[in-house]
Amino acid sequence: MILEVTNLRVSFRSERGLVRVLDGVSFTVDEGEVLGIVGESGSGKTMTVLAVMGLITDPNAVIEGSIKFRGRELVGMKPREMRQLRGKDIAMIFQDPMTALTPVYTIGWQIAEQILTHQKVSKAQAWQRAIDLLAEVGIPKPEEAVHRYPHQLSGGMRQRAVIAMALTCNPALLVADEPTTALDVTVQAQILDLLRKLQATHGSAIIFITHDLGVMAELADRIMVMYAGRVVERATRDALFADPKHPYTLALLNSIPPLEGERPHRLQTIAGAPPSLMNLPKGCAFGPRCSRKFAACEDRPTLTSPPHETACFLIGAK
Amino acid sequence: MTKPENVSRGPWATALNRLSHDRTALVALAVFVLIVVACLSAPIYAHLAGVDPFKSTLDATITIDGVQKPVMEVPTTGLALGYTPIGPTWRLGTYFLGADNQGRDVMARLLYGGMNSILIAGAATLFTLVFATVFGLLAGFFGGVVDMVISRILDVLWAFPVYLLAISLSIVLLTQGISIGPWTIDSSSLMLPIFIIGVIYIPYVARPVRGQVMSLRQSDFVMAAIGLGAPSGRILWKDILPNVSTTLIVFIPIMMALNMLTESALSFLSIGVQPPDASWGTIIQDGQGLLYTRPAVALAPGFMIVISVLSLNVFGDGLRDALDPRSKIKLGRG
Amino acid sequence: MIFAIMQRLSQMLFVMFGISLLVFLIFFGTPGVDPAARIAGRNASPEVLAAVRKSFGFDQPFYVQYLTMMKKIFVTGDLTSFVNRGWKVVPAVLDTVPVTLSLVIGAAILWVVFSLIIGVTAAAYRDRWPDKLLMILGLIGVSMPVYWLGEVMNLITQSRFHDSWLFSWVPPLGYKNFSDDPKGWFLTLVIPWITLSILYIGLYGRVLRASITEALQEDYIRTARAKGLSETRILLRHALRTSLIAFVTLFGLDFGALVGGSALLTEVVFGLQGVGKLTFDALQNLDLPVIMTTVLYASFFVVLANAVVDVIYILLDPRVRTS
Repeated sequence: MILEVTNLRVSFRSERGLVRVLDGVSFTVDEGEVLGIVGESGSGKTMTVLAVMGLITDPNAVIEGSIKFRGRELVGMKPREMRQLRGKDIAMIFQDPMTALTPVYTIGWQIAEQILTHQKVSKAQAWQRAIDLLAEVGIPKPEEAVHRYPHQLSGGMRQRAVIAMALTCNPALLVADEPTTALDVTVQAQILDLLRKLQATHGSAIIFITHDLGVMAELADRIMVMYAGRVVERATRDALFADPKHPYTLALLNSIPPLEGERPHRLQTIAGAPPSLMNLPKGCAFGPRCSRKFAACEDRPTLTSPPHETACFLIGAK
Repeated sequence: MTKPENVSRGPWATALNRLSHDRTALVALAVFVLIVVACLSAPIYAHLAGVDPFKSTLDATITIDGVQKPVMEVPTTGLALGYTPIGPTWRLGTYFLGADNQGRDVMARLLYGGMNSILIAGAATLFTLVFATVFGLLAGFFGGVVDMVISRILDVLWAFPVYLLAISLSIVLLTQGISIGPWTIDSSSLMLPIFIIGVIYIPYVARPVRGQVMSLRQSDFVMAAIGLGAPSGRILWKDILPNVSTTLIVFIPIMMALNMLTESALSFLSIGVQPPDASWGTIIQDGQGLLYTRPAVALAPGFMIVISVLSLNVFGDGLRDALDPRSKIKLGRG
Repeated sequence: MIFAIMQRLSQMLFVMFGISLLVFLIFFGTPGVDPAARIAGRNASPEVLAAVRKSFGFDQPFYVQYLTMMKKIFVTGDLTSFVNRGWKVVPAVLDTVPVTLSLVIGAAILWVVFSLIIGVTAAAYRDRWPDKLLMILGLIGVSMPVYWLGEVMNLITQSRFHDSWLFSWVPPLGYKNFSDDPKGWFLTLVIPWITLSILYIGLYGRVLRASITEALQEDYIRTARAKGLSETRILLRHALRTSLIAFVTLFGLDFGALVGGSALLTEVVFGLQGVGKLTFDALQNLDLPVIMTTVLYASFFVVLANAVVDVIYILLDPRVRTS
């Protein structure tokens, strides 16, 4: 087990009191495993990985619970120690490659900067490694590309450069926050292919965030579904797609066109909008939008035990 | 039925509400209003103190603690050349801040001068905003040749160093005044500094207004209005001007502050307010010769300028945050 | 890129033409005013007036007058003052340039160094007390009339505290040539440098703080954090570096404006015989040829400086440079 998150809670102090954006999130990631996190915007999936990365810099944030990376506690770790992990053992790929790179430095400079931060190598070696990495992520003519500025590359190429940067130190854990969302559909497929290939060669564990279950089906070993800052369902990919248990997961699956078979006449949508984190319903957060709500849902459901975990009273009732 | 509060409040009400919670900005505004009120009461002060701030009174005397003293003291040390005006008495009434080199009450002049400084800064701001808005609206809305002509004129005004342009304008205008057709403006009129300062800062406001109008011109609601065949004047007045008005309002305190500094500098260079009239700048100039003997004459108006400009800038910051938290209007260069 | 630079330079020429035309119109074309009487100065004799009329071609069409003026100032440089009889104006103006440059360059070094320190410190401590304190101080600096600050400085260093150990080194007002007396040159300029720089330290410190704070909200800062860089490195190499583009542009504009006459007030207060002081003296004597010359030379310099800044901007920002 490489990462163990237990009862993670993130809240923000605001004018209207404490707003809890993550509530009791627990999960684990094994060596070399791909964990997918799915959810709508605002479900807390990005906040979860930012907490893991120690990148919640807002002074009004309160982080509670435990995040253990290879047995070391990350919550409350000294910034200095955290920095040594970040970019070396845990790396991150961001959603929008257009804005994720500093505009005034070349790609090579930015990759070499990360290498030099974590490894005792010469500048020439770091630069050479940058070229190798760019070649590995499939950027044509890497020895020229290192001298290019971010704006001179296309979105797909930029995302490849960001991925190359994340791989510089062979991280044990790679966090990818919707790395394909901002890209064209054809490029999305290429980037997913690349990630799969790199996962095979580098053997990093990956936490992959997306709101696109189709992407999830291609890449993830296990899938975790989040709603309003809570985990509502977690299972292996096959189990989840074959037998979704939580009404929210079910609704999500029904809202995408099936890959095979006859297309439904109309895709289903989920009625209503995600609840405001300012005033969550007392019981199940999905309750107000759930078509199968019943009396028990006034209480807050807890996750059932593995392998197929669900936070829904229907499961007990079945 | 009770009306729900905090629902669908207009942008102005929201801004006002935000501003009313910004204590720093409110204090700054109060300070400025206080200064304005004090300056407006200059005639009352002069009347109560029994001084004429515009008349030389070299042979006047005052009585302090029963001792009669001349306002212009004959120095007892040094070469005893000329006279030294009386220093601050720190007594409300006569010569609170002492007298200047013509025996005039500095406190009374300070208040009268402040009236002129504020009046000129305010009127020049109005002048700048009106013309900048007209130019910005026309250039931004009609584009093409209109935009090119206006933008080039603004370029020229913009590139012209502020003080040199002011000097050029004032040396021509201030020596003889100006007469265009039936109108004659006297060379000592306050209209001239207002005009000079108003003109030189037009590009500072017109350029951002033009940019904003250009992007509004492309917005859906304006395109729709044009498509429906609404006349240009109506679109400018009804659709575009209201959207530009926040920018203009944000500019008011900033321009007031900038204009006060400019007015004082021009008056200091004797190309602003003309004697015997006063402004804070001219009083500082009067005090220059007395700097080492009676520093209060030059120091007092300077402090007034700093406090006024500072309060305007602080209030301007608050106003900008309240009206348009993401706006990028910054302090102009002065 | 070459095209962008050429375009910028042609725009510069146009603005120069516009300014010269504006100056011409202000001095020679103001309605109801006799330009010859102005140029000749107060109480000029009829002979002098006639000489002025002939010399500036006031009996000829406007465009000839314009060309005559431009020729006298820029080509032959034989414009003479009528107030100070026979005084060649152009060389006199050029003589004052080193003084102004000495003043402005020294002040510029001070204001760049200190505004960088203040802007970065305030951004690093944003919304905490060092930030608030520095920003208030900056605002006070921005709100002070520079000539008044100069007088306060003079009051302190020349009079009230001149005899104390702190300011006994301050020489009397005036300028000393660097080549004659480098130490004197430096000492006389220290107080003017500080005075002139304070406004700009305040202004630039605030602007820099704002743009660094803005840069720190960008996505690439989060990437930099995710790379494991130290906060100092993120602040200096990423946030500050991207903010510097705006800083350099602003600096170029203000530097140009100061050399081109905006240092006038400082020069007057400290008795430094620079371009601004020369203009000011001419203003007192109503010596129009001097004013015309300084105004045109200075504003051309400013326009040129602005164009250079824009070209540097094109070279400095890779996004503009390579597109």
